[in-house]
Amino acid sequence: MSLEPESQKWKLPEDLGFPISAENILRRRQALKRELLKQANLLRTRIAILGGSTTAEIKSMLELFLLAQGIQPTFYESAYNAYFEEAVFENSDLSAFKPEIVLVHTTWQNVVRFPEVLEPEAEVAQLIRGEMDRFKMIWEKIHAGLGAVVIQNNFDFPSLRPLGNLEASALFSRLRFLQSLNAEFAGYASDHSWLLINDIMYLSAQVGLSEWFDFNYWYNYHMAVSPLAAVAVGRNVASIVKSIYGKSKKCLVLDLDNTLWGGVIGDDGLQNLILGRDHPVGEAFSNFQRYVKDLQRRGVLLAVCSKNDLENAKEGFSHPDIVLKLEDFSAFKANWKPKHENIREIASDLNIGLDSIVFVDDNPAERAFVSAQLPEVAVPNVGSDVSLFAQILEHEGYFEPIIVASDDLNRTAYYNLNSQRDADQARFQNHGEFLASLEMNANIGPFVPIYLERITQLINKSNQFNLTTRRFTGAEVEAVSRDPRYVTLYGRLRDKFGDNGIVSVIIGSVREAALEIDLWLMSCRVLKREMEFAMFDALVEECLERGIRTITGVYIPSKKNNMVAEHYPSLGFSRVPDTSDDRTLWQYQIVQPYHAKTQYIRRNLQETSLAAST
Amino acid sequence: MDNLLPQIESIFRDVFDNSRLNVTPETTARDVPGWDSLTNVNLIFAMEREFKIKFALGEIQELNNVGEMVLLIQKKMERAAK
Repeated sequence: MSLEPESQKWKLPEDLGFPISAENILRRRQALKRELLKQANLLRTRIAILGGSTTAEIKSMLELFLLAQGIQPTFYESAYNAYFEEAVFENSDLSAFKPEIVLVHTTWQNVVRFPEVLEPEAEVAQLIRGEMDRFKMIWEKIHAGLGAVVIQNNFDFPSLRPLGNLEASALFSRLRFLQSLNAEFAGYASDHSWLLINDIMYLSAQVGLSEWFDFNYWYNYHMAVSPLAAVAVGRNVASIVKSIYGKSKKCLVLDLDNTLWGGVIGDDGLQNLILGRDHPVGEAFSNFQRYVKDLQRRGVLLAVCSKNDLENAKEGFSHPDIVLKLEDFSAFKANWKPKHENIREIASDLNIGLDSIVFVDDNPAERAFVSAQLPEVAVPNVGSDVSLFAQILEHEGYFEPIIVASDDLNRTAYYNLNSQRDADQARFQNHGEFLASLEMNANIGPFVPIYLERITQLINKSNQFNLTTRRFTGAEVEAVSRDPRYVTLYGRLRDKFGDNGIVSVIIGSVREAALEIDLWLMSCRVLKREMEFAMFDALVEECLERGIRTITGVYIPSKKNNMVAEHYPSLGFSRVPDTSDDRTLWQYQIVQPYHAKTQYIRRNLQETSLAAST
Repeated sequence: MDNLLPQIESIFRDVFDNSRLNVTPETTARDVPGWDSLTNVNLIFAMEREFKIKFALGEIQELNNVGEMVLLIQKKMERAAK
């Protein structure tokens, strides 16, 4: 296995990332395996599959999904349906193979005898004991003789119901029998840490019985589960195996705005956050918090990584409907630094590897940047719909546990250390490369009627990137847009991930051959992307068209807008001495030829007020 | 016959991981190295999904070559279209 040079770093084939297409995986199985084998540093393991039916497809899928986890298996396969004999009787081949893991692939069809109709309770109990004795013999023989971990299928739902709905209640039904066996299996696994259950009852429900079992594949090939089901089984068992080898992730790093609650705390304020049962989206966020809390309760470390002032970020946790509390987090990074730096610190603070971290953020640009800078960190594509976040996390099986020990429950501690750490070689050499990769383009122009509502909304809710925090009513915005003594600009930003919508607004008034900026605000979601430059370039253009060479701006500090204290000087404005102590005044002289400050945002042709559409 | 063969060839190329494999109506299992029971299962599955048909029990065993498979699939697709 050769080590790939940095620039050609091996990447997991797309077919194996969420959402997977079982059809594609089955069809391209050989090419995928070939690709997966190119990885360096694969962990070797020996797995014996003892089958109660044809196991070829199970083995094939298990191999693929294990390789996707960085594990290369060597397999032993029992003779057809010889799972009992090969486990319990003298078996020199199996012993010589020295498996580390034994998968017992049985299904409901391997039950020796189901109860007859109306068979009395005592005899049903006897049948259950008989089956349990059989399986215990298998497990104990493997454990004593081979010392291997046993992964045992529980029983799937049969697709036919001879008793109709009575299967669910009749004491002698097949379904109740299987449910009792599953409960017994669960009890045994709970008492013996070397036995792990492969929950095919859950899988059969999730895949759906009409896809799980295919009569043709059973009769022609004695496959107890369809090829599609084999994909699900392979993936599930691979997830268990990877956790046996300690490859489960340890820490979930979470963004805050629009990831744990709806809205942006810094701009919207605590009372406007969308969280809680009164709102469908709010309920979805509460449920996601609950899911995350359940993970934390059983030992997963949580951390916050948010672009917010620390006070604002913490304030969100005093929302009445908040589920997660500040003390649930082992690290809490809320600042304006790039997220990958914060995540590096989190790894260092918690003394865990970057490869133990899963990063969840609704913003695709943040995901892309962290993923590029920190390839070891798992960054699932969770999209931006909170109702899918938990499903996507589960699908990847990041936090598959093998055991929940009381030690795990004490892992969470809340602390916030600063630590220096050497930076790794960055994937993007500088911020500029990253900005270029976003393929940004913007529409910037005077207010048009169709955007007035959105513009008014932004004016009244933006608090952080807001130079003056002046509010305008809808009527005032409309009046200003029609008044030639005002210069108005809206900015709408698109990038390769989609349309960010209108994210910036400027209003200026013309006073004696100078333009005074009355209002300049921007959505924090697009910070550090040069949108400020693009807006300024457009403003300069407007001024030049009107023969104006001087621009003045005022910064009125508020509790929330500290981030823009140095905004004007960063654009090249000079301080104008002023006696008032509650504001700062700035001035800019346009020098021609004017060199645009923007490098990475392309200006689109102007939308006319007729052509403008949402 | 001709309009299904390219799709079938594509399926064969994927399943056997051989971009140069040529499939004709006369092709049989003996002609393709690596054609075992697992690749057989994956071929059948891929065809059922690609053409949105289901083979009935016993139908596959009666096929002698790819040409007969194409005819069978065509018949099923016509029946489904009615």
